[in-house]
Amino acid sequence: MRIELEKRPKVSTLFSVLSPFIAFALTIVFGGIMFALLGKNPVTALYSFFVEPLSEVWSLHELAIKAAPLILIGVGLSVCFRSNNWNIGAEGQFIMGAIAGSILPVVFYDWQSPVVLPLMMLFGMIGGALFAAVPAFLKAHMNTNEILTSLMLVYVAQLFLDWLVRGPWRNPQGMNFPETRTFGADAILPEMIASGRTHWGFAFAIVAAVLVWFMMRYTLRGFEITVLGQSARAGRFAGFSSRKMIWFSMLFSGALAGLAGIAEVSGAIQQLRPVISPGYGFTAIIVAFLGRLNPLGIVAAGLVLALTYLGGEAAQLSIGVSERVTRVFQGLLLFFVLSCDTLIHYRIRLVWERFAATKTEEAH
Amino acid sequence: MKKLLVALATTAAVLGVVSAASAQEKAKVCFVYVGSKTDGGWTQAHDIGRQQVEKELGDKVETQFLENVPEGPDAERAIERLARSGCGLIFTTSFGFMDATIKIAQKFPDVKFEHATGYKTAPNVATYNSRFYEGRYIQGQIAAKMSQKGLAGYIASFPIPEVVMGINSFVIGARSVNPDFKIKVVWANTWFDPGKEADAAKALIDQGVDILTQHTDTTAPMQVAAERGIKAFGQASDMIAAGPQTQLTAIVDTWGAYYVKRTQAFLDGKWESTSSWDGLKDGILTMAPYTNMPDDVKAMAEATEAKIKSGELKPFTGPLNKQDGSPWLKEGETADDGTLLGMNFYVEGVDDKLPQ
Repeated sequence: MRIELEKRPKVSTLFSVLSPFIAFALTIVFGGIMFALLGKNPVTALYSFFVEPLSEVWSLHELAIKAAPLILIGVGLSVCFRSNNWNIGAEGQFIMGAIAGSILPVVFYDWQSPVVLPLMMLFGMIGGALFAAVPAFLKAHMNTNEILTSLMLVYVAQLFLDWLVRGPWRNPQGMNFPETRTFGADAILPEMIASGRTHWGFAFAIVAAVLVWFMMRYTLRGFEITVLGQSARAGRFAGFSSRKMIWFSMLFSGALAGLAGIAEVSGAIQQLRPVISPGYGFTAIIVAFLGRLNPLGIVAAGLVLALTYLGGEAAQLSIGVSERVTRVFQGLLLFFVLSCDTLIHYRIRLVWERFAATKTEEAH
Repeated sequence: MKKLLVALATTAAVLGVVSAASAQEKAKVCFVYVGSKTDGGWTQAHDIGRQQVEKELGDKVETQFLENVPEGPDAERAIERLARSGCGLIFTTSFGFMDATIKIAQKFPDVKFEHATGYKTAPNVATYNSRFYEGRYIQGQIAAKMSQKGLAGYIASFPIPEVVMGINSFVIGARSVNPDFKIKVVWANTWFDPGKEADAAKALIDQGVDILTQHTDTTAPMQVAAERGIKAFGQASDMIAAGPQTQLTAIVDTWGAYYVKRTQAFLDGKWESTSSWDGLKDGILTMAPYTNMPDDVKAMAEATEAKIKSGELKPFTGPLNKQDGSPWLKEGETADDGTLLGMNFYVEGVDDKLPQ
């Protein structure tokens, strides 16, 4: 007997709805087994992973803070990926956005004004977009592979930030430690509601998701993105330009990553440090695919991924497992979600050996 | 709105249950780790300290920890989680947790916090540190005796005062034995990255150093030194297992004594915000056994250790010159703690330009 995957003639609506639930159930079963093998109570473990973080207000705020950059970057990337442009360098654009946005509070720290914050956000978007313009230019005009160029530029951005905070932008009152000045009150993204520290970055993420969803569904631009992504040739017949699309999608995703960067720095960190992101730009790629490149799906995916991070911490405390175990569990969840999505396009068929053998003979 | 109210009511109920429960339970002492508790270096040393608290005060307290907590907003969440879960005393064990600790401490005035190696305190935030440089002085002396070329390699993490102080102390110790001794420095720009640390070690050995010391946390440099057949010093934990024929000694962080002392004060209601900077004499750091060296070198190291403990010898005592040869400390003059904690220059004998 063997198992075969057979392509469905049509995408299965049933399984596109069911697959996340199947994945979740499988994660619970296998995660439960893993915790049981480690000698921990599976019920407590799963409770602290999925329920505990949602049961308290402060924890919901933390969820929003963790999810905001993932969603914002993921939404931008979905446009890029849909149009068949593979921007892998969102992490770098996130950092460059954060740097560009921090020019005002770090270099012109004396300037206090209500326009500082909007300008910072604008600079952040420009910074991210400009950095994405490099791979965009190289792809549009030199036919360079954007996966490589955008990825390599991540390291450039990381090292540039590192140099800045140790060199020209180092806080003169900071005892030589590699940090910039802390931002003034006018440069800090305020909290949204009084009950916790969720800042407006989360609102940016939701608004961006809804706008992009609208754009993809109801506008000519959205149609253009989809057509060019599926077949550049068909797009050409419709009068769409692949080259312009490269520019648009890269700049767009870069700008959103940059906005995520400056929102994170201004709202959550409030100064620049050598490291400002635990890999948000890369995790957002997972988020984008987990959300099936649909902006609203990405919101859900971002929240789920953030939940597993928070749940992992809760589990460390409540059942005393190592942080590595919680990462394995997170990996299980992602693995099952992505592999169950196979069911949308493929049917699983059990092939009995004897039957298969006769069939091959017939074919001869 | 209604949902929010329900959520708030639930939270209040949960918090109520938690605080009611903890009244009967043991006091909770919690730790935030930047690395893995089995990293063989910095974090492991803190975890051994935590275990000592469990062992000595286990009938009165229970301990909890979060490991691999990245510095930044994630640290804030981790610390807040501990504060909310009923921890009465929280040790945050990395410099990068400083601002997060201060922020959360403002939110939870009843919880006590202790931040390692930082400089910001508050009524409920104490800081603690260890005079690692005392151990580095001894290492410098050993290096000067053991090195044939009079040249040691130093794998440094970040150019912060703590690390610069260590480099200087090593050089001052070495030059007290061999006035021409020099060191080369490689900045790894990480606390914990076996790959980078190993590369730094190889680069230094290729440049001709025959003694290696490190201010990073993994055993990778020790392993490289063992492969290349030179001697090296361990950091934060005793790394003899990584280099049985290689390690001369190691600075072993023994936070346990401090943790027990502070936990006891907390239990007695006598906890106060302090800035503690203990040294060899207080037992907050110890030297791993002096191995792989002749007896006379060992005797010298032991004598120096005893002199530092008794206070007879202070590593930063003049006459000392800065790197460019300009005088820094006059004969018999000793640097004060403030100068040490803000140190951003090299002393004579360092073959490197301090990243500024």
